Amino acid sequence: MDITIVLSQIFNGLSLSSILLLIALGLSITFGIMGVINFAHGEFLMIGAYTAYVLQKLSIANSGGSLFLLSLPAAFVVAALIGLLLERSLIRFLYGRPYESILATWGLSLILQQLARNIFGANNVEVASPGWLQGGLTVMEGLQLPYNRLFIMAVAVLCVSGMYFYLYRTRSGRRIRAVMQNRQMSACMGIKTNRVDAMTFAIGCGLAGIAGAAVSLLGSIGPSTGQNYIIDAFMVVVLGGVGRLSGTIAGAIMIGTMSPLFEFVTTSSMGKVIVFALVIIFLQWRPSGFFTLKTRTVD
Amino acid sequence: MFKYFFSIRKLGFAVVLVLTLMTFFLTARSEATEKEPIKVGVLHSLSGTMSISEVAVKDATLMAIDEINQKGGLLGRKIVPIVEDGASDWPTFAEKAKKLILKDKVAVVFGCWTSASRKAVLPVFEKYDHLLFYPVQYEGLEASKNIIYTGAAPNQQIMPAVSWLLKQGYKRFFLLGSDYVFPRTANLIIKKQLKVEGGVVVGEEYTPLGHTDYSTVISKIKAAKPDVIFNTLNGDSNVAFFKQLKAAGITADDIPVMSVSIAEHELIGIGAENAEGHYAAWNYFMSMKTPENEVFVRNYKARYGQDRVTDDPIEAGYFGVYLWAEAVKKAGTTDVKKVREALRGIKYKAPEGWVKIDPTNNHTWKIVQIGKIRKDGQFDIVWSSGKPIRPEPFPPLVSNKKVIAPGKIVNR
Repeated sequence: MDITIVLSQIFNGLSLSSILLLIALGLSITFGIMGVINFAHGEFLMIGAYTAYVLQKLSIANSGGSLFLLSLPAAFVVAALIGLLLERSLIRFLYGRPYESILATWGLSLILQQLARNIFGANNVEVASPGWLQGGLTVMEGLQLPYNRLFIMAVAVLCVSGMYFYLYRTRSGRRIRAVMQNRQMSACMGIKTNRVDAMTFAIGCGLAGIAGAAVSLLGSIGPSTGQNYIIDAFMVVVLGGVGRLSGTIAGAIMIGTMSPLFEFVTTSSMGKVIVFALVIIFLQWRPSGFFTLKTRTVD
Repeated sequence: MFKYFFSIRKLGFAVVLVLTLMTFFLTARSEATEKEPIKVGVLHSLSGTMSISEVAVKDATLMAIDEINQKGGLLGRKIVPIVEDGASDWPTFAEKAKKLILKDKVAVVFGCWTSASRKAVLPVFEKYDHLLFYPVQYEGLEASKNIIYTGAAPNQQIMPAVSWLLKQGYKRFFLLGSDYVFPRTANLIIKKQLKVEGGVVVGEEYTPLGHTDYSTVISKIKAAKPDVIFNTLNGDSNVAFFKQLKAAGITADDIPVMSVSIAEHELIGIGAENAEGHYAAWNYFMSMKTPENEVFVRNYKARYGQDRVTDDPIEAGYFGVYLWAEAVKKAGTTDVKKVREALRGIKYKAPEGWVKIDPTNNHTWKIVQIGKIRKDGQFDIVWSSGKPIRPEPFPPLVSNKKVIAPGKIVNR
């Protein structure tokens, strides 16, 4: 087999890992750390993608330039604000009630999709890659690494290290971890757990927003964009081990490198089947994923 | 005396009552024959994944109905559309079809997009012996007497596209499609055709509907070194595929892609600059220069917005209403059975040119064209069959069946 094909498949594996990591990062906060089964997570991704689209429309109308870099923080802010609103009005009543939250967030996901359809139309729209992200880095004859994939890798690394720094090195990040590990104790120590819940959920949604803006470079954006990613995101978090960022990273890399490999030696549909089957077998063996959080609480 | 008086009063009362009732019924009846509108059903997905495509077809269908109404309606009666949402869910399509037929008692139904939804409503239309106009190209191998197919049969889109590619000197084909009935049947036909006409298949890939990562498929394409990619992907996957193909440095000059599910409408989402120079095969393009098309495009834009585009299924959804209206005029009634009889061989000058319902198989005679995608999302027409082609729902290459009369399919 051609060496360029082997190299490009390795690159594809790393690229897919970074995409999976980015879309699962927000979920590893809301589902992994907070324990909210949020089926509307994909819709926050969609909100981020539409934010990038709206900014692009505005920038074309104003200057003709592209504001794509700005759309990443903007997507974070918009998705986080909507997340905050929904946490206060709906999600907070569902803490500790997994069955109800599955149904409620499923409904929420349908509502958000239909809202997007009413606002932006049923048509898929496109976010054009800015000029500096078009084309790719030619490593050798027949091997071109697309700039937009390299860019997504950089964004993923930046977001993960940012989250690490935030959760482990800042006061408010430590507060989040404290509340999630032992709510009563944290409350006794004077932490406003309500406020921490709202903020954590908002951050998780914001991260989904960034992921949405980033994946808009790869495909199109439509009201049902989030649905394409939600299953993969849950799979990454569950495989990695609920509750740990490192687990999410491991899960993303495992699935990300395995999928292109199996897809190459079999077919796309079959590759997906094999990956799912392996994940199921693995979870039989280790039901709580790669990394498990050892806590004293029984909940 | 008292008795006599009472019965007179009773008699008088009864007479008055009968007269009132009679006048009431008579006026009601005459009003009914004069003004009762013709109800027609419109059944498309207005929500869910398929709404991307189907809403525009519904819009075109409603536009045709309004145009007919503005010209005085049909048989002196107004046409009233009853729009139902199939919600991209096949059982819902069947349920709504039943509701339109039994509860609303519509004269005809226009609708469906995916083959799955058509297969779901087919038993309903056959059971109640009703009539559906289906506006989308499809994989063939079906010919119900209860369905009028106004989109292309395989020999009106896929097969001419393959022949044209071979004539251009493209011999090595890579077949890429979504993993469901249409692409698999289409590729079966293509493979047989290549064997007969002298081409080779160097790769065949199916990806799940909604697949978004094509990097591995692109690696496989690079490894197989095809002359051309024959693309039967459906929906959002196309966007991801074309964007990623371009990012991987493969242009239309290196390996052109021939698509059969990408029209002007889908190009908005793909971004025409990502697909520039590639090909698509259809019966209608928005850039066609017929006078009928210029009026159609102008009216569609005026009604739904200047940024809207028309395309093949939209046009088929539009002229389907006119074909039905012509048949109703010919039959002089909206009775389903009589209209179906009248539909055989009926003609209409559509935006794409003359179209005609084939009297034996209920499919439509249509012109076939190949377009090259331009930067502005329109097509340059590079080849045309010049005249309408006879539809063949059961291509001899893959089927030993043939249609001898509407709904009558026999072995060859």
